[in-house]
Amino acid sequence: MMNCQKTTQLISEARDRPLSFREHMFMRMHVMMCRGCARFERQVSVLADAAKRLARPPDD
Amino acid sequence: MSLSELTPGLVFPLDGTFMARIRSDMLGFARRELGNDVEVEDVVHDAITGGLRNLRSFRGEAAIRTWMIAILKYKLADLMRERKRRPVNASALADGECDGPLPSVFDRRGLWRDAARPARWENPEADLHSAQFMDVFDDCLCGLPDRQARIFMMREVIGLSPSDIAGELGLSPAHVSVILHRARLSLRACLQAKWLQLDETA
Repeated sequence: MMNCQKTTQLISEARDRPLSFREHMFMRMHVMMCRGCARFERQVSVLADAAKRLARPPDD
Repeated sequence: MSLSELTPGLVFPLDGTFMARIRSDMLGFARRELGNDVEVEDVVHDAITGGLRNLRSFRGEAAIRTWMIAILKYKLADLMRERKRRPVNASALADGECDGPLPSVFDRRGLWRDAARPARWENPEADLHSAQFMDVFDDCLCGLPDRQARIFMMREVIGLSPSDIAGELGLSPAHVSVILHRARLSLRACLQAKWLQLDETA
């Protein structure tokens, strides 16, 4: 059974490599039922945008 | 080697005052760690040379400063380990000092603790355009353990794959994934504490 710790690990890895079919399925099933992990998934992409923005000129 | 040789095509104007300011910050940082040591100048020089190699990806003073300090922390950690002159316990290092532990956001069953569960984030798109938000993000990044911050930036800004990062740092790709997961959990938790809650009370 997938818990939030394992799910967020897969959510994180999905940004860095393609997940296997099985991993993807377990991750999606948990995210459908768990609001915390669903928010985590949306928010990690904001972290990436913020990091890229930090590396651009301020008035860009 | 001159700056222009090291960073051909750099768009951000790297003028002397700007680099001097970063260098003096770095000297201050290294002195706080090492004391007034003969090696302070050397380690800062190494960090600047190392940092400049990837600098084309960084424009904006805050980002360059963050990047340079992250590399400096890494070099300082190396130097201090070397000085202890004892066999380095690889597994202790891997989990301890430089990677940082899993942030305590999950309970024993691996479920979100109530206080740590991600809160609703109303308008991240607008927040990204706020200078105040970017300052908070920069702070949160600086608060990460050195290797976490460096690996996060290598992945998200330079766009290196986990296996490239692993090769560069002598780690396994799986270990890099674990570090990225921790960095993301910690950064998100830090933003929730320092930004989202600020937003709520406003």
